[in-house]
Amino acid sequence: MSKTVSIITENFGKYDPSSIDSYLSIGGFSAVKKALAMSSGEIIEMTKKAAVKGRGGAAYDTGRKWAQAASVQGDDKVVICNADEGEPCTFKDRSIISQDPFRLLEGMIIAGYTVGAKNGYIYLREEYRHLKPLLLNAIRESTEKGYLGDNILGSGFSFHIHLYSGAGAYVCGEGSTLIESIEGKSGRPRIKPPFIKECGLFQLPTLVNNVETLAIAATFIQHGVEEYLSHGTPDSPGTKIISLAGNVKNPGAYEIPFGLTLREIIYDIGGGIPDGHELKLFQLGGASGKVGDASILDTPYTYEALAKQGLVVGSGGILVVDDRTRVIDFVKSVQDFFIHESCGKCTPCREGNRQIAKIIDRFVDGNQHQDDLQTAERFANIMKNCAFCGLGETAQSTLLSAINHFPEEFGLEVAASEKH
Amino acid sequence: MNSTKPNGFGVLTSDLVLKIDEIIQTYESNSTRLVGILLDIQDIVPKQYIPREVASYVSETMNIPLSKVYDVISFYAALSDVPRADYVIQLCDSVVCKVTGNTILRDAITELLGIKEQEATADGKYWLEYTPCFGACDISPAMRINGKVFGHLTTQDSVKAALDLYK
Ligand SMILES: Cc1cc2nc3c(=O)[nH]c(=O)nc-3n(C[C@H](O)[C@H](O)[C@H](O)COP(=O)(O)O)c2cc1C
Ligand code: SF4
Ligand code: FES
Repeated sequence: MSKTVSIITENFGKYDPSSIDSYLSIGGFSAVKKALAMSSGEIIEMTKKAAVKGRGGAAYDTGRKWAQAASVQGDDKVVICNADEGEPCTFKDRSIISQDPFRLLEGMIIAGYTVGAKNGYIYLREEYRHLKPLLLNAIRESTEKGYLGDNILGSGFSFHIHLYSGAGAYVCGEGSTLIESIEGKSGRPRIKPPFIKECGLFQLPTLVNNVETLAIAATFIQHGVEEYLSHGTPDSPGTKIISLAGNVKNPGAYEIPFGLTLREIIYDIGGGIPDGHELKLFQLGGASGKVGDASILDTPYTYEALAKQGLVVGSGGILVVDDRTRVIDFVKSVQDFFIHESCGKCTPCREGNRQIAKIIDRFVDGNQHQDDLQTAERFANIMKNCAFCGLGETAQSTLLSAINHFPEEFGLEVAASEKH
Repeated sequence: MNSTKPNGFGVLTSDLVLKIDEIIQTYESNSTRLVGILLDIQDIVPKQYIPREVASYVSETMNIPLSKVYDVISFYAALSDVPRADYVIQLCDSVVCKVTGNTILRDAITELLGIKEQEATADGKYWLEYTPCFGACDISPAMRINGKVFGHLTTQDSVKAALDLYK
């Protein structure tokens, strides 16, 4: 397990997450102290240098996002911490919230200070309700000790954090939908423009970041960007918390430097496939991510190398599936998820998912019609191009990548030479 | 605080009204808190759902149109408008739990309790529903009972041990 590292996760198990005194005893809040001594511009420069791609899945450059948020006019802005973590096979944010909630608060305070926000909101999925008391306690204790609230540590900067609960809707992880939900409404995405960075929660300029992104910000402020950049590869610097699960011996959330190969992740960290089975496929980035097969296990886990193979980092989920599951049953399970989660606002996603599901069901039973595959691919591409939000755009990534990697499972003839 | 509240009838007992008022007060009757308020109310209503009377009561007390209250109730999977049971069992139906063998878990529940999806036991104790991934994939196959997560449920015995905690 020595291939894992402890940078973002360095505090895991080192203190009692329900006690600020315990956190302070290991040097807690030194990131906030450092940040408050810097200018917003300096922090943005550091963030740009750290080259952190957003860890919520969309991989948007954090430094750029913070620079934009800071430059938007307005003296009342909002920072949202996206703790909706709805992507199947993703639980790394849970590991941060449950083992290091104070560092998450530090990240939010730093983000708030940098962009000039007065209020922060944590949107915690209902499924993590057991973590609510821990977060509420962290917020309360931090406020009592002056690290949060009015005039933080005498700096003149005031920032308040509020905790809101989700209620079981994957689509609410999408930024504008999350905002609708915090405003007390059902979760359907907003039309853009206006962009939420200018007009988001309560019509205020809004910055949305993932839990892990915010924790990373606190990390490199505390230890310096050089330290953080000493991990990973030149193209994908730094570290990532992955959620490794499925048919592996040691499932779990692990922090790894970018650049390990998928084989190292699955076999060295994950301990390989249990019960003498063989790897059939893996899916990266959760249900909205893409699948690959055993022939590309030596691909390094970096944004660039994965993209070359048509794969994504996404949320950091790594699902391993062995030969006991048929590819088509796997695809069906993912499809069922998207049918359940489609909000129904736009036709390509609402109807496309249903029609594709019918076709997948025929494949499951072996009753597919001759042109079914073509039709499914056509609908999938329409969804990718025309859906209203990211849910519909990515819902068919699994199907399309599965067809690509396992054509024979969809009844397509493949010449032996074409197989990887 | 407000002593002239209606006594209510049916599910909306005066005791429940008091508790609901308390919840709404905790959130300062803030309409942006509707989702959280309804979740908290659902926790204290017998059979864990939002009855029609309760929805109307929230709508009147918070001055939110009933249609908006129902927009929220019907949209979110965690809110139910049908009575469930004392203990709500949620089986994860997503892909990680699938590949780690959640059929054993499903069969065990059906055998132990005699209920299928969206059904309650005759004594009103247990309700079974499927739910998407709740982020316990590292201990899959997993289920939740009244929000508490149980994992590594690969045998009927392990399922029974979890159920035995809720009698
Ligand atoms: C359907 C859908 C669900 C999403 N769910 C999440 C989520 O649960 N958590 C998250 O951080 N981002 C999620 N995202 C991505 C967010 O829209 C957004 O990009 C992210 O929170 C921004 O933070 P980051 O830049 O730090 O990654 C989701 C996007 C879509 C389209
Ligand atoms: S793509 Fe799907 S989830 Fe997104 S708005 Fe359309 S129907 Fe709703
Ligand atoms: S897939 Fe079952 S808990 Fe994540």
